[in-house]
Amino acid sequence: MAVTTYIQAINQALSEEMERDPLTFVMGEDVVLSAFGATKGLIDKFGPTRVRNTPIAEAGFVGAAVGAAMAGTRPICEVEFASFFYCAFDQVCNQAAKLRYMSGGQAKLPITFRAVYGAMGGAAAQHSETVYAQFLSVAGLKLVVPSCASDMKGLLKSAIRDDNPVIVFEHGALGGRREEIPAGDYLVPLGKGAIKRPGENVTVVAIGAMVPQAIRVADRLAKDNISVEVIDPRTLIPLDEEMILSSVEKTNRAVVYDEGHLRGGAATDIAALIGEKGFDFLDGPVRRVTSLDVPIPFSPPLEKAALASEVRLEAAIRELVGR
Amino acid sequence: MDLGKDILLDMYRSMTRIRLFEAKIRDLATANEIPGFVHVSIGEEASATGVCAALRKTDRITSTHRGHGHLIAKGGRLDRMMAEIFGKRTGYCKGKGGSMHIVDFALGILGANGIVGAGLPIATGSALAAVVAGKDDVTACFFGDGASNEGTFHESLNLAAVWKLPVVFVCENNGFGEFTPMSTVTSVKDIAVRAQAYDIPGHIVDGNDVLEVYRYASEAIARARAGQGPTLLECKTYRWEGHVVGEQAFLGAASYRTEQEVSEWKLRCPLIRFDKFAAESGKISAAELARIKTETEAELEAAIKFARESPLPDAAEVTDDVFTE
Repeated sequence: MAVTTYIQAINQALSEEMERDPLTFVMGEDVVLSAFGATKGLIDKFGPTRVRNTPIAEAGFVGAAVGAAMAGTRPICEVEFASFFYCAFDQVCNQAAKLRYMSGGQAKLPITFRAVYGAMGGAAAQHSETVYAQFLSVAGLKLVVPSCASDMKGLLKSAIRDDNPVIVFEHGALGGRREEIPAGDYLVPLGKGAIKRPGENVTVVAIGAMVPQAIRVADRLAKDNISVEVIDPRTLIPLDEEMILSSVEKTNRAVVYDEGHLRGGAATDIAALIGEKGFDFLDGPVRRVTSLDVPIPFSPPLEKAALASEVRLEAAIRELVGR
Repeated sequence: MDLGKDILLDMYRSMTRIRLFEAKIRDLATANEIPGFVHVSIGEEASATGVCAALRKTDRITSTHRGHGHLIAKGGRLDRMMAEIFGKRTGYCKGKGGSMHIVDFALGILGANGIVGAGLPIATGSALAAVVAGKDDVTACFFGDGASNEGTFHESLNLAAVWKLPVVFVCENNGFGEFTPMSTVTSVKDIAVRAQAYDIPGHIVDGNDVLEVYRYASEAIARARAGQGPTLLECKTYRWEGHVVGEQAFLGAASYRTEQEVSEWKLRCPLIRFDKFAAESGKISAAELARIKTETEAELEAAIKFARESPLPDAAEVTDDVFTE
């Protein structure tokens, strides 16, 4: 086991998978120098045919990734900030997501998209958004939101080996977090959640960067004998419904904690699942703790006010358990 | 360019298959035997045929909402196309795509596409795949004058040019984007001049002359295969039929072009021009052309029978093929 950051985990996963399969290649904005470090050094190992800086033209290069996948290669396509997906919505939602189905199963679309999402301090609304909910209802995409370095490595490797379009969302504030990663060819399957902290009184389903926050809140509440189970679904599509529902069956209370917006968001989607399929387990309403339905603001106090927070999560849990 | 008899007959067969297929589709759609929207390409047979005749079997194409002709020219089977357009399980896409979305990966047909301009980045990526995989396959990308105003046109030409990708961009300029005259929404008279902005060759081609299309396409394909990058070909052509079959229902009494304009273009019919060439060159007899027409009519009748008699999909198939398992 070696101590590795979230960003280094990405780099390791990319390097290992590119080593493993010569039909994989990396393309995207600044992948040669690598602004955040995820693709650093790949150019030296794999050369310019397989590590390609694209123009800042998302519709063009995301669409090219779709074509490259249809024609038998396995592109790993970096869209620097996830909000830039808006410039390539057709290519992701009409093309990548739908062409297998529309072709009656002829097209295979092994594309891994990587993008940084979430608030990382003063980046303002166009570089801070949590955008995975926008892709939840498209049908045909897999959505991965790793919350720690080991999950990042194992999930990203699985995503690259998957024959479908997968978007791996990387939280901008997790990049430097260090963790021990299992040695060897470490894979985490898509669709299997993780119990990040076992507990008895309330289930918190936390997504992405909210997972370490939820664990901190759970640690604090343990001192007041409130036992919180933190579930990390790790992938939103496919979703590990069974893990979420069996946790709620045990705790009888659920909070969904997400940095995305409330309306039409991932928290709303998971809360509806619990309400519909876990209704008989519940002793109270499913609570959703999310960011406010405002664009994420620039100035620090405003940004803080907009974002989902540990304070609000703790309040929601206390209210549910009545303590 | 002195072409052999086999390829000339192949091109005539391709144009005939397109013409007869499209006319039949128009009639079946008018008779409400086909669900959804259909867009036919009568009058545009030469551009599809001339380009595809210059491609190898392993080369790939991308197409458009008006795609039947491209698919036929690349070797598409009329029976499976017809079945798809009828929404049958035996269709190319098991009834999940329909007229605007026919795909045959075995023939290098990456698909028609319902979104204008969507094929350009896909073709560019298909060409990129050839480079990454170390193959010398070329991709030809069909699109219309309307798509040349999409951002994806400009992004794709730039990307293909900067990476010197083996792709040929084939703009079929038929003068209209839906019901809007191209000249009213396009800054240039000739789409081909847009190639200059990306430092690639651009040529204006008589899109109704299959031999001229073949000549330009062969040169562009050879150039692409040799690693010298993309070319933009603008095939000037015209669609005899409306944008969509049954468009009078939307337009009412309004019209967007004159009868005279349509008649003038009909005089430039790609098939009549080929007949004339055949007669003048003495290479092909009228009897040979007539036999191809008869054979195609029989092929088409069999295709319609196949489509009519094929089963509809079972409702249980609705969740199949969302993901590759």
